[in-house]
Amino acid sequence: MSTQVADKTRDEFDVEILDTVGKPLLTEGQDIKMATRDCDVFYADNQAIYNVDLDIGKNEIIAMIGPSGCGKSTYLRALNRMNDTIEICRVTGKLTLDGEDIYDKNQDPVLLRARVGMVFQKPNPFPKSIYDNVAYGARLHGLVNNKSELDDLVEASLTKAGLFKEVKDNLQKPGTGLSGGQQQRLCIARTIAVDPEVILMDEPTSALDPIATAVIEELMDELRHNYTIAIVTHSMQQAARISQRTAYFHLGKLVEVNETNTVFTNPEHKLTENYITGRFG
Amino acid sequence: MQTSNHILHSFDQELEDIRSKALEMGGLVEKQVSNALQAVMERDIELGELVSSSDGQINDLEVDIDEECAGIIARRQPTAGDLRLLLSIIKLTTDLERIGDEAEQIGQYATQLGTLTSDKGMNTELRHLGELAHTLLKLALDSFARMDDLQALEVAKKSRRIGKEFDNLSRVLITHMMDDQRNIKDALRVMWCARALERIGNHSTNICEFVIYRVKGKDIRHTNLKKVGKKLYPKLESDDQ
Repeated sequence: MSTQVADKTRDEFDVEILDTVGKPLLTEGQDIKMATRDCDVFYADNQAIYNVDLDIGKNEIIAMIGPSGCGKSTYLRALNRMNDTIEICRVTGKLTLDGEDIYDKNQDPVLLRARVGMVFQKPNPFPKSIYDNVAYGARLHGLVNNKSELDDLVEASLTKAGLFKEVKDNLQKPGTGLSGGQQQRLCIARTIAVDPEVILMDEPTSALDPIATAVIEELMDELRHNYTIAIVTHSMQQAARISQRTAYFHLGKLVEVNETNTVFTNPEHKLTENYITGRFG
Repeated sequence: MQTSNHILHSFDQELEDIRSKALEMGGLVEKQVSNALQAVMERDIELGELVSSSDGQINDLEVDIDEECAGIIARRQPTAGDLRLLLSIIKLTTDLERIGDEAEQIGQYATQLGTLTSDKGMNTELRHLGELAHTLLKLALDSFARMDDLQALEVAKKSRRIGKEFDNLSRVLITHMMDDQRNIKDALRVMWCARALERIGNHSTNICEFVIYRVKGKDIRHTNLKKVGKKLYPKLESDDQ
């Protein structure tokens, strides 16, 4: 879509967003893994995210959707302090993991990113062997004591990522030699290897074909039993297929959060409806 | 309800086409019911035969609309209001087709009913029931065409009267049959007509439920209509009191 159309869309989306509608917060009895309150994100003087209050439940897949530039990726990156690497970026508000403030002075971002892993849009294996790609984090964090433990960890991680069978005879070959879908699963294996609690995924399948996408989606569904997953996706069908809850962002504001089924059959906010049905405002 | 258009204009066109087809089917069915009723009331054998033989177009439209809906679902992956519109159209066509079948039945009975010399109010009661069923259908289709959920709720409430009318007619028919055994054959035919009309009323209620589902996103089938009103239109219900 041309920028012209995108800009026009934004102008026409002249509907006021007062409060987030739906159920952004979990009810009592539901385990909260991560939570943000009054979360604002700024790039220098520009505010990219406004007052986001959201709970992310344990073992759920929450999908974040919205038009380009709506702030969904920025918000996702705030969840494991990936924005720290951008000098002009500033995050305010309270962001917690298991109730601990992740922006606390004593919080080590490197350790945090081991607990809250991230998978990116483009598969980005290190220019190393498949084995070393997976082993890298474990070595860095000193998670294993000897070679045989490391072997087991690499095998277990590749198995969980659904890749082991395909690469078991070629573990010493470069990771970059794999197909796009395999590379992405390698990146997931690398993320899993450091035993994270939450996995953030920023459009993990947008560079993949439908079959490789289906394999990753199936994998996510399996991973959900052990991890909490937050995924940013441009594919609404993907959000509808894999997530339990869907959050719709618009111009830096969280417009609506609800069970995925509700969002796609009976959204509360007009902006959500316009976006998911492919309409102008 | 959306008033704005899709970014993809062809999607708008397809939805509009399918909506028009559904309304066209509704129009045909309504005409069939109206003719069937006239045939019975006026003992018009010719019209009865016409009704009982013109169900084909309705059936064809049902198949056609369902196919198109399946096509749109497969190609467009509609969501929210679009999805609810298609689902309600698919369900609408099923009910319309069944109303068409009921009208066809009534048309057949019309060809078999003899001229009655003394009907003991049977005709009047049948006319009441028929007019009520016909009105419910018209109003239901009208609310579907305009996606008027408030009217749909009113029509659904009104449709409860059809049971009462049916009971009234049953009582008259029983008396009529007890008067003279020779009346039984005709009385039974009238009874079957009445049954068909009652079914038409029920199908019309279903149509109203789809309208509310499309507009409000709430499935109100098998729920108490008073509660539905209170829940979906709290302001309106309190104004009534």
